[in-house]
Amino acid sequence: MLENCCSKCHHSISNPCKDWVICKTEGPLCHTDISCKNKIVNSLNQIMNENTNLVIKIGMSTCGLAAGAGDTFNEFQKLLKERNIQAEIIKVGCMGHCYAEPIVEIIEPNGSCVIYNNVKNTDVESTLNSYFDKKTEGVLAIRYKKGTLSDEAKIPLFQNLLFNKKQKRIILNNCGIINPEKIEEYIVFGGYRALSKVLTKLSPQEVIDQIKSSKLRGRGGAGFPTGQKWQICYDVKNDQKYFICNADEGDPGAFMNRLLAEGDPHRVLEGLIIAAYAIGASKGYIFVRAEKTLMANHLKLAVNQTKQIGLLGNNILNSDFNLDVEVVLSAGAFVCGEETALLAALEGKRAMPRPRPPYPATQGLFGKPTTINNVETLAHVSTIILKNELFTSVGTEKSKGTKVFCLAGKVKRTGAAEVPFGTTLKELIFDIGGGIVNDGKFKAVQTGGPSGGCLSDKFLDLPLDYEKLAEAGFIMGSGGVIVLDEDSCVVDTAKYFLNFTTKESCGKCTPCRIGLKRLQEILEKISKGQGNMADLDDMNNLGKLIINTSLCALGQGAPNPILTTIKYFSEEYKEHIEKRRCPSHVCANLVDYRINPDECINCGNCTKNCPVGAINILSLTGSKQYSIELEKCIRCGYCFNNCPMNAIFKV
Amino acid sequence: MENQVDPQYSDIIDEVLNKFKPFNKNLLISILQEIQYTIGYLPKAVLEELSDKTNIPLSQIYGVATFYHQFRLNLKGKHLITICLGTACHVQGSNNLLNYIQDVLQLNDNLDTTEDRFFTLNQVRCLGTCGLAPIIKIDNDFYGNVSPTDLKKIFEKYRSIDV
Repeated sequence: MLENCCSKCHHSISNPCKDWVICKTEGPLCHTDISCKNKIVNSLNQIMNENTNLVIKIGMSTCGLAAGAGDTFNEFQKLLKERNIQAEIIKVGCMGHCYAEPIVEIIEPNGSCVIYNNVKNTDVESTLNSYFDKKTEGVLAIRYKKGTLSDEAKIPLFQNLLFNKKQKRIILNNCGIINPEKIEEYIVFGGYRALSKVLTKLSPQEVIDQIKSSKLRGRGGAGFPTGQKWQICYDVKNDQKYFICNADEGDPGAFMNRLLAEGDPHRVLEGLIIAAYAIGASKGYIFVRAEKTLMANHLKLAVNQTKQIGLLGNNILNSDFNLDVEVVLSAGAFVCGEETALLAALEGKRAMPRPRPPYPATQGLFGKPTTINNVETLAHVSTIILKNELFTSVGTEKSKGTKVFCLAGKVKRTGAAEVPFGTTLKELIFDIGGGIVNDGKFKAVQTGGPSGGCLSDKFLDLPLDYEKLAEAGFIMGSGGVIVLDEDSCVVDTAKYFLNFTTKESCGKCTPCRIGLKRLQEILEKISKGQGNMADLDDMNNLGKLIINTSLCALGQGAPNPILTTIKYFSEEYKEHIEKRRCPSHVCANLVDYRINPDECINCGNCTKNCPVGAINILSLTGSKQYSIELEKCIRCGYCFNNCPMNAIFKV
Repeated sequence: MENQVDPQYSDIIDEVLNKFKPFNKNLLISILQEIQYTIGYLPKAVLEELSDKTNIPLSQIYGVATFYHQFRLNLKGKHLITICLGTACHVQGSNNLLNYIQDVLQLNDNLDTTEDRFFTLNQVRCLGTCGLAPIIKIDNDFYGNVSPTDLKKIFEKYRSIDV
């Protein structure tokens, strides 16, 4: 499909045609040969799976692979060969349904699509049998009602799945459907048309105006208006400017950028090229975490493909716009979320932030004007250029469009959900996520990563947008939503985040480097049962001091998990301090272990393995009975974890 | 002896520097990544030699190598176990997994490679597969929703393949 239809088509890297993108789907535009038309229609049909045999799509993003999709893929190959079934297996990205991975979709030439969930390699045979017998076993959903299955009425349509119903999928639309390794599939699904429009019809200022009118805000955390960011850099006059796509996702609990870049890398790249055109950059960088190999590989592949067909390089689509893009691997530091730290990393230095101003827009990478946007922000750009009303029709007054939230923790359906701004936490956790695992009780939800906060149940009706969250004292962050149930301890969670930020502090400024360490020590004391009530005030004061005096957002956000948990879960802190108990049985030092004599089979396993000899046999009542000597017990939990009868319990 | 560079390493440094021509100080991180990719870690002698060859002060190279999580200054075992300690994994009990792994492989927070240099344990912050927490990765293979019992089987699998 990418090659020229005949000698009349002159498109090449050195002599590009301005209509190339549109020609590939609607062409030929400059001549009327019927054979060329047929060629184009044929290649379109092939990609839309209309002329081929059975197609089997397997979600092979990192999350799919973690669930075993690699083995599933091999097993499909083996079985199809054994049974002599003609079928094409395609590795696709992730649809966001992490709870159902590995996901397999079987597509017939007539267009019927059946989606199966949790297809491990051992389930491949039964899945194929179920499919050929038209049964509904293992089916998650179907895409269209075509009467493929005998009991089709029972099976929901994909868009009606509870996980999908409240979603508005715009940027995730292609994920899990197209083959991310093929640029032609992206083009057939409408890709690079926005770039084509921008380069042939719009001036940089017109592009910026359109982004401004959409009210798109940066999805990386702070929510700065993207159009304004571009405008500032556009207004700076300099013959060398840089554009950087921040794909260094380091926020624990957020994976929407990985999902997007793995499943639909060209959408991100198209956004980047348009952004670079708007600000006037001739060099772009994609800064991606080295350990996220698949994400980095798909982005590299996408860049190479666009270079080969001339969508990157000189005189792109016969305009006078030149752009080169390079994928740079990040060696990993959370502080790179801070723009000036990211710039230092790209310059080969330790990633330490510097005071602003000067802002990167005036003095950025190598001292030149630079704009940095994150992956999710760039993914919205092409939609805004082509169908602004689709973007602006959803969301709230000041937070337009959709946002991808990553649901994880103690929630039934984990995954990534794209919802309009203004969706409430309740809808997200209970309607989309299906509520708490094992029908447990909701305790808290942690949003915004290590700089975010813990929200209690009274915030469940809070609409998620930048303003509403800020009013309540929280931040949007990158969109990780981690649900905690009654088995999770908020003190432990606050301690976890503080350990994280203490280790990730770059060490440049004192409040963050030393202040966080002091906070961590106080929390450690509380979780060991050695705290007192004055500690809470100390932490509050110290936390506020750190927020007010730190240089960058890492220090300015790091105390938030503590401040919010003290504010909304003070009872739990009191319990830890005054009663020396951890109600969720998480803080190891505040837990006692007991043996249930009714379950114990006297195997002696615990006595043998106890490192301090705290478990003894009592034979006072005549029969043997094991018990734990609380004075000796060091609460290592070894007996608890290794009891064959689960007869040891925590109190 | 410790400061003498293995001639093989010297070649590797030359090869890597050759790849990054024209040389520029900004490329330091990429160069270190490439060297670690080949050797598995960044031996002290290699950093010293790199400093000689590039005229970047050793203090600066050491500063960068110790700043980022990706770089290891200690020997790496044959297989790299990466355990995710991200929030979702933490909530789903990754600490128990960590204790279990350290226990069975006789490792601790200061010792990350087994005596037989078969496994190295790497603790990381988030692998971005939170929906399948807790998660570990061995070399390039991911294992989601793992329990200590699963781990036992997985470790045995690696040991049996290599025997």
